[in-house]
Amino acid sequence: MSDRGTLRIQQISAHPGPVAGEGTQRQDKVCKLIDTTTCIGCKACEVACVEWNDMPFQTTYFDNTYQTMPDTDWNYWNLIKFNEDQHDDGSFAWLMRKHQCMHCEDPGCLRACPADGAIVQYSNGIVDFQQENCIGCQFCVSGCPFNIPKFNPNTKKVYKCTLCSDRVGAGLEPACIKACPTGCLHFGTKEDMKFMAENRATQLREVSGFQNAGVYDPDTIGGTHVIYVLHDATKPERYGNLPAKPRIPLSFTVWKDIFKPIGLFGAMLGFVGVVMHYVFEGPRREQPTPPVVRIDPPPPPAGKEN
Amino acid sequence: MTNGWIDIKNTDMMLIMGGNPAENHPCGFKWAVEAKLKRNAKMIVVDPRFTRTASQADQFLQIRAGADIAFLGGLINYAIENNRVAKEYLVNYTNAAFIIKEGFKLPEDGLFSGFDAATKSYNKSSWNYQEGGNETGKAVATPPMGVAGDIPGGAAPGSIGSVKQSQPQGSAPAGEHGSVTGHGAEGQGYQAQGPAGAKAMGGGPIPPPSLPPNIAYDLSLQHPRCVYQLLRQQYSRYTPEMVSRITGIPQDQLLKAYDLFTSVRINGDMKKVATIIYAVGWTQHSFGTQIIRTAAMVQLLMGNVGRAGGGVNALRGHSNIQGATDMAGIFDILPGYLKVPSPTDQDLKTYLDRITPTPAKPNEWQSFNYWSNTPKFMVSFLKAMYGNAATKDNDFAFNYLPKVDRNYSWVNIWNDMYEGTVKGFFAFGMNGVMIGPDSQKNIDALKKADFLVVCEIYPDETSAFWQAPGITPDDMKQINTTVYRLPGAGFAEKDGTFVNSARWLQWKHVALPPPGDCRLDQDILAQIFLKIRELYQKEGGKFPDPILKASWAYTLPEHPSLSEIAKEINGKALADISDEKSGVSLKAGQQLPGFAMLRDDGTTSSGNWLYCGSWTEAGAMMQRRGTEDPSGLGIYPNWGWSWPANRRVLYNRASCDLAGKPWDPTRSQVWWNETAQKWVGNDIPDFKPDSKPEEHMGPFIMNPEGVGRIFVPLGAMADGPFPEFYEPIESPIDNPLHPNQSSNPVVKKFKTAMDKYGTVKEGYNIICTTYRLTEHYHYWTKNNPMNVELVPEPFVEIPAELADQMGIRGGEKVKVTSARSDYIAKAMVTKRIKPMMVDGKKLYQIGMPIHWGFLGISESEGRTSKMPANRLTPTIIDPNAYTPEFKGFLVKLEKV
Repeated sequence: MSDRGTLRIQQISAHPGPVAGEGTQRQDKVCKLIDTTTCIGCKACEVACVEWNDMPFQTTYFDNTYQTMPDTDWNYWNLIKFNEDQHDDGSFAWLMRKHQCMHCEDPGCLRACPADGAIVQYSNGIVDFQQENCIGCQFCVSGCPFNIPKFNPNTKKVYKCTLCSDRVGAGLEPACIKACPTGCLHFGTKEDMKFMAENRATQLREVSGFQNAGVYDPDTIGGTHVIYVLHDATKPERYGNLPAKPRIPLSFTVWKDIFKPIGLFGAMLGFVGVVMHYVFEGPRREQPTPPVVRIDPPPPPAGKEN
Repeated sequence: MTNGWIDIKNTDMMLIMGGNPAENHPCGFKWAVEAKLKRNAKMIVVDPRFTRTASQADQFLQIRAGADIAFLGGLINYAIENNRVAKEYLVNYTNAAFIIKEGFKLPEDGLFSGFDAATKSYNKSSWNYQEGGNETGKAVATPPMGVAGDIPGGAAPGSIGSVKQSQPQGSAPAGEHGSVTGHGAEGQGYQAQGPAGAKAMGGGPIPPPSLPPNIAYDLSLQHPRCVYQLLRQQYSRYTPEMVSRITGIPQDQLLKAYDLFTSVRINGDMKKVATIIYAVGWTQHSFGTQIIRTAAMVQLLMGNVGRAGGGVNALRGHSNIQGATDMAGIFDILPGYLKVPSPTDQDLKTYLDRITPTPAKPNEWQSFNYWSNTPKFMVSFLKAMYGNAATKDNDFAFNYLPKVDRNYSWVNIWNDMYEGTVKGFFAFGMNGVMIGPDSQKNIDALKKADFLVVCEIYPDETSAFWQAPGITPDDMKQINTTVYRLPGAGFAEKDGTFVNSARWLQWKHVALPPPGDCRLDQDILAQIFLKIRELYQKEGGKFPDPILKASWAYTLPEHPSLSEIAKEINGKALADISDEKSGVSLKAGQQLPGFAMLRDDGTTSSGNWLYCGSWTEAGAMMQRRGTEDPSGLGIYPNWGWSWPANRRVLYNRASCDLAGKPWDPTRSQVWWNETAQKWVGNDIPDFKPDSKPEEHMGPFIMNPEGVGRIFVPLGAMADGPFPEFYEPIESPIDNPLHPNQSSNPVVKKFKTAMDKYGTVKEGYNIICTTYRLTEHYHYWTKNNPMNVELVPEPFVEIPAELADQMGIRGGEKVKVTSARSDYIAKAMVTKRIKPMMVDGKKLYQIGMPIHWGFLGISESEGRTSKMPANRLTPTIIDPNAYTPEFKGFLVKLEKV
């Protein structure tokens, strides 16, 4: 299915008019499933991400952990978070969670973005940054409940996981999925992935003794296009600050849903005011012409002909 | 591996110990995950640290490094006492029923019978079976030590005349030994015995004892000296209390794990299967081979060998270590695990008589004794080596082969270099300074050599040993070693095969040509060889024939192609030959279809009998890429080619009951077809194809007994026919089983000034171990920015509790000191290593990855101490495989 038609735009940041092509074709929602219970933290996904996206290497520093770096970066979109999880009853777990953009159904970054076309959500659910339209305001950074978008101070643009929209558009799975050796990563339709995830969670509950096993697909942001199977879905925070109820910051909800329409209304009022002014006050009166100063161009340098 | 990577998916139970496959074999580990997902298989992980593998376990046990035999001995004890053994299998497929000679003594005091303290070695003549045939029911009433066997009725055998057979598994069959030892390991004791241990070769003038032809046995397993009763007695000392004291594992956890693992054999039900998976965490001890033996015994006792999802599975440490071992990357074997000749082998006949076993079994049983074909393998090998110069009249040029007079294992070679007797060294595909124990000793050894040749793809520490930290420009002037660096080719720059842990030969193609002046390894070796031959031609020399007459019939002698060599290894007919039984006829020059066609009269050649069948007239079997798997068992019969004879699970006859029906019909590998009167199946039967079940031929065809060896007779093992727990050479406690014989009695310490061994009294009170990381590949990837980004610097993992006591915070530098040297790196303070109670003492373990040296990206940026981790490790080796004890030595820890 190498059909670029699989990538159709559903929403565009700060875009006033209709979204081109929207609704012309039924689109499957895609989804990445991460089964943290079979992740061995091998970092093949990290390497695949760096290499597929041709990202420059950076210097890292030992930080008392197996984790490659403290957080994702503008050139490091995929990071396994390692968590030593000691419980009072003496039980212990070493939790590993692949951390990257969750591709929210209701993306906080997109809501926050004021730049026309800098963030798009395709109708398959992938949220993608278009750096050529990015104005570097970093509103998306504060709009994200997962702390994903990262600013590159040199280019003054923000970057994040694209869910390999380039590969998915060509009918391929994301690079991380391809690289995963244990099969803890899966990619497919949201419906299928949800089904697989729930099955695995059931197995964990009924066979492996993880009574709180479950699927992480938070409805506070309309669900995500990256979902997790967790040994303990009641405490996602154990997995390196995965929020139990991620929310888009209120300011951005207020901005987009209240102030932005109000602002637009205000702008319209302003326009109406201008029109009214024209109607009632008439056109601009003629102003005196400023004096004109002529400057002669310098003569061309000798011997140069182009 | 007795089984294979994909086969792990067929298991119901995994014991992963002495290995960290999620870390070091992440791609293969997918099959362990598959077993969990698809079969609800359980996973028990036993390791000194909570590892990446442990993160996937149903139960994790933190064990003191080096206490593995105690843990496994306790498991044997538990299985026996709780009747979780495979009775029919045990009686018929193992030597459990065989009676051992009078005079054999178990090591209650730490020593088996026959120990000679002066030479630190055993006279093994009492480690043998008794002669005499069927003794069933004739046993004296009370077995010694009050351990009356209660195996109900000797299980199935019924009438004696229809007794069954069994064969050795996992343990010591030479053909498989390679998969049992770890990388850098040697084969069995080089002067120990013939391939299958049939006859000990003393090396002296007195003919060594041999196995009796008609072994005495007791099918009721009641005889006090039958193997089963001795086994029971041996491990009755390994009580949960004792094992807990030794290993540091709390008793409740221990019993839970024993119960879980043996739950596949509740009341002897044979449906389920358990596998044991290990790697160099088991081999790298001064008793490493015996740990693996213990695992093999567990699997025999529980009837797990030969079965899909079962077996004893060594995960090899590099992509082609299995191939290196098969092709004699070890001093005491020839390709195909034929024994290297010794100086007493004056001619081919003497040699073949010594190493070719004769059947040794109860008269009523059959034994295929496959090593009886040794002369065919050997003569074909000599024909491959010396071509037309090998004739019947000159013993097929047998005397061109070097005779090995002593131990030339890796550690011994470097020790000899240190002592000045080895004058030059060729290092291909290995960074000697880094991989051996006691790096400083290795560096000092190279200082004394006349020359060193290194073929590598990066400048490595070995070729730069004279630049090691601490060597001043003035010191350098004193070093007279001439170093030659040869630019080799990386794995993707040459074709050829990798042989994986599952014994699969898989061909790879060239991805890109070697850059610049780099050359293919085979070209470099060929050109060196041809140059040496030229010198011999010109100057003669003491014994030029082996060089001058070696077969070198390649199309381009200076650039032998690996496909040509692969065909040569497979072998061909040298005359028109035919096999009456199979009806196969070959014309001279045709590739052989398999090792059944090999001849001992010089009409066939084969560079390695085990690989015979890998490149036939039908083409390169090793290049096949068929993805069909009709049985769904992961056999993939048309993918690549696995030795022997493309069978994927060794000893698979044992997957069936005595009548030839699979123990579990849902995992049918092979079975007896009554109509066709032969063994058939999804896999290739590892058995004599027409041997009827009534004949009672043992499934373990590589042993002269035909059965699996729970007790290893005679000279196969240097340190005992049963494994006994011994402390590592550097140990924090005296052995609780026998304090006066704490460590392995046959292990000899090295004697140079560099060889120091630490004790708790001297302040070395912390147990240390070494390992690798997923993110790095040995000492290569420190040159690769991506890998360095993933893990930039060396570190030392320290239990949080110990760090708190010492005031060490994560990221601070610590110094680790052993009796040899010291090592400085940053501390990784972790809750993944806990303090443990060992023999009533609170002990701590620390560990460190080995990947950094003094050349590399972080090293040149000054971000490391430029110290190889192996500065700390002791020069001490396992007496059977000669693998160094990299795991479990003593250190001191301090803040820098």
